[in-house]
Amino acid sequence: MFARIIALTIKELLAVLRDKRSRFVLIGPPIIQLMIFGYAATFDLNDIPLAVYNEDGGAASREFISRFEGSPHFHVIATPDHDAEIAPLIDERRALMVLHLGTHFSADLARGDSASAQIILDGRNSNTAMLALNYARTIVIDFNEAWAARHGGMAAPAHLVMRAWFNPTLSSRWFIIPGIVGLLTLVVTLVVTALSVAREREAGTFDQLLVTPLRPVEILIGKSLPGLLIGLIEGSLIILVAMYWFDIPLRGSVGALYAGLGLFLLSAIGVGLMISSLSITQQQGLLGAFLFLVPAVILSGFATPIENMPRAVQLLTYLDPLRYFMIVLRGVFLEGSSYALLLHQYWPMAVIGLISLTLAGWLFRHRMY
Amino acid sequence: MNRRPEARGGARTRLRGMVRKEFLQILRDPSSIAIAFVMPVVLLFLFGYGVSLDAKDVPLALVADHPDTNTSGLLRAFEHSDYFTPYHYADIQTAMQALRTQQVDGIVWLREDFSRRLLSSADAPIGVIVNGVNANQARITEGYIQGAWQSWLEHYAAAQGRELEAPVMVEPRVWFNAALYSRHFLVPGLIAVIMTLIGALLTSLVIAREWERGTMEALMVTPIRIREILLGKLIPYFILGMGGMLLTVVLARWQFEVPLRGSFLLLLLASALFMLVALGMGLLISIVSKNQFVAGQIAIIVTFLPAFILSGFIFDIGSMPAPVQFITHLVPARYFVSIVQTLFLAGDIWPVLLPNAGALALMAAVFFALVRRRASKRLD
Repeated sequence: MFARIIALTIKELLAVLRDKRSRFVLIGPPIIQLMIFGYAATFDLNDIPLAVYNEDGGAASREFISRFEGSPHFHVIATPDHDAEIAPLIDERRALMVLHLGTHFSADLARGDSASAQIILDGRNSNTAMLALNYARTIVIDFNEAWAARHGGMAAPAHLVMRAWFNPTLSSRWFIIPGIVGLLTLVVTLVVTALSVAREREAGTFDQLLVTPLRPVEILIGKSLPGLLIGLIEGSLIILVAMYWFDIPLRGSVGALYAGLGLFLLSAIGVGLMISSLSITQQQGLLGAFLFLVPAVILSGFATPIENMPRAVQLLTYLDPLRYFMIVLRGVFLEGSSYALLLHQYWPMAVIGLISLTLAGWLFRHRMY
Repeated sequence: MNRRPEARGGARTRLRGMVRKEFLQILRDPSSIAIAFVMPVVLLFLFGYGVSLDAKDVPLALVADHPDTNTSGLLRAFEHSDYFTPYHYADIQTAMQALRTQQVDGIVWLREDFSRRLLSSADAPIGVIVNGVNANQARITEGYIQGAWQSWLEHYAAAQGRELEAPVMVEPRVWFNAALYSRHFLVPGLIAVIMTLIGALLTSLVIAREWERGTMEALMVTPIRIREILLGKLIPYFILGMGGMLLTVVLARWQFEVPLRGSFLLLLLASALFMLVALGMGLLISIVSKNQFVAGQIAIIVTFLPAFILSGFIFDIGSMPAPVQFITHLVPARYFVSIVQTLFLAGDIWPVLLPNAGALALMAAVFFALVRRRASKRLD
C-alpha cells in the first residue's frame, strides 16, 4: 500500500515540477511577492503631503505651523495664499491635508481666546484621512499643552499615558507580514491541488487511475502529499524571510506555529482537491480555486478586522480556514500564544480539512462522465 | 491583386466564425459566465457589507484601583462614547489577562493615587494599554480614546465652573466623504480589483487552452489570420467583461449608495479602456505560457494580489517606500483605482483623469503590441 502511495506521490510531484516554467511559478513569485508586499502593505502614514495656508502670519501661527513642519509624518508641499488655490490641491491629490489658519489666529491666542485651525482632508481614502487627522490632533494637543504651560492657561488636569502591547511602535508591518505568510501559502497550495484531479480528468487519465489497484483513500493521500510537501517547504521559506529579512519577532514556539501550518495545509488541500474533483476541465478548477481564494482572503481578517464586519458576515468567516490560521500566525509571532490559547483555532481547521478531504474522496468515484 | 476585396470579405466571415465559436464555448462552459457575472456580485456584497475599516464598539476594559467620584466621572466619558463597549474590571491583573486572551482590545487604568494627583498637582496620569497587533486598529482606538479624554476635560472644567478654552481648536472638514465612511472609498476601488481579476482570468486561459488541447494546430491550418484569432478571442470577452463592470457600477450606486459625482459616460469610457488593458494582459499571459497551469498561476500572481495590495485600493501608495511606489506604476489597477475613486467621490477632475487614462492607454498599446509580436501561426 505504501509503495503504491509513494509511486503516486512521485508521479504527482513530477507532473507539477517537471516543467521548468511550472517550477518557477511555484517558487519565484511567492518570494518576490513577499518582498514587495511586505514593504507595500502598510497602513502607517509617513510624508503626508500637507499644504499650509496661513492668512495670519503672526509669530504664534508660525510657531504652530513649525510643529507640523518638524513632524516626521508631515511634509509641506505647498503654501497657497488664496482660498481658490486650496480646492485644486486636494482635488488633484497633490495634498492630502490643508491646514488653514484664519487672519485672527495669533490675535485670538494672544487674547486668551480659542483660536481655530481649520483642517481640510481628502476623504477619498477615509482610513488615511482619519489617521492623518489623528496625527494632526496629537500635534495640536502638544502645542496646546506647551502654550498653556508658558502663558499660564489652564493645563489639562490629567494626561493620557499610552502604551501598545505586542507591537510597541505600532508598526503595521508586524501585523501584515505574518498575514502574508498565510496568504501566499494558501495561494500555492490551492493552485497545486485544485488542478491535480482536473488535469487528469481533462486528459482522461483519471479514469485509468480509478481502475488501477489504488483505492480511493490511496489516491486521496497520493494527491494530498505533494500539496503538503510543497506547502510546508514554501511556508517555511516564507516564515524564514519574515523572520530574518523583515525582523518580525517570533515570540511563541515553533511547534505551535507548525501545528497551525500543518492543520491549515490539511484544510487548504482538502478544499483544493474538492474543487478539483468537482471540475471537469482545468479552467473550471482554476476558476473554482479563484472563487474560493478571493473571499477566503477578504474574510480572513488579513487587511480589515473581522470585528468590524456585520454579524451575518462574521458567521460566514467561521467557514474560512485562513481566518483561523491568521490568528495562529499573529498569535505565535507577536503575542507568543501557547498551544492552549490556540486550541480553538486548531480544531476548526482540522474539521474543515477532514470534511473536505472526505468529500473529495467521495467525489472521485461519484462524479464521472 | 484582385483577390484583396474578396480576402477582406473573407476576413469578416472568418472573424464572425471565430467570435461565434468563442461565444458558444463561453455558453457551454458556465464557469466563464460565473466569473463574469456571479463573482463580481458575490465579491461586491462581501466587501460592501463585510469589509470595513471603521472600528465600532471596541471592547475596552475600565479599571479604577480606587473608585470614587473623580474616577467614575472620567470613566463615564468612555461608557458614553459610541465607539466603545465598556467592561469593568476590579483590578489590573484580570484586565491584562482579558487583553491577553483578546476579550478586550484596550485598557484604561486609573491608579490608586489618581484622585489625589488630580486635585493636588493636576497632572494625574491615565494609563492606557492597547493591543498593538493590529497596528491600524490600535491607532484608530487611540484616537477614540483621545476623543473621550477631550470630552471629559470639557465636562470636568464645566463642573468646576470654568469653560475649557483650549488655545487651538481643530476644525476638521473632510471633503468627498464627510462621515469618513470606509465603504464609500472601498467600493469604487473594489470595482477596479474585480475587473482586473475578471478581465485577466477570462482571457488568460483561452489561448493556453487551445495550445494544450491541440486545437491551435487545427486553427493554424485554416485560412484564419493570427490577428483574427486574437480579435475573435477578445471581442466576446470584452462584451462579457463590460457586462460585469456595468453590474458592479449599478450595485455600487444603488445597492451601496456610493455617490457617483462624476459623469457616467466618463466612467464607462475609462472602464472600457481598463478592460482592454486587463484583457490584453490576460492574452499575453496565455500566449507566453501555452499551458493552463502556468497561465493560471501567473494570472493569480500578477492580477489579484497586486490589484489588492499595490493599487492604492486599500493601502495608501504615498506611504510605500520609493522602490515599491515605482513598482506600483506597473500595476494597471493603480490607475483605474485612482480614476474610479475620483469619479465616484470627487467628480470629473481632469488633472486626475487624464494622466491616469493616458497611462492606461499606453499600457493597452504595449500589451497588444507584445501580444501581436509573440503570437504567430507557428509550431514550436
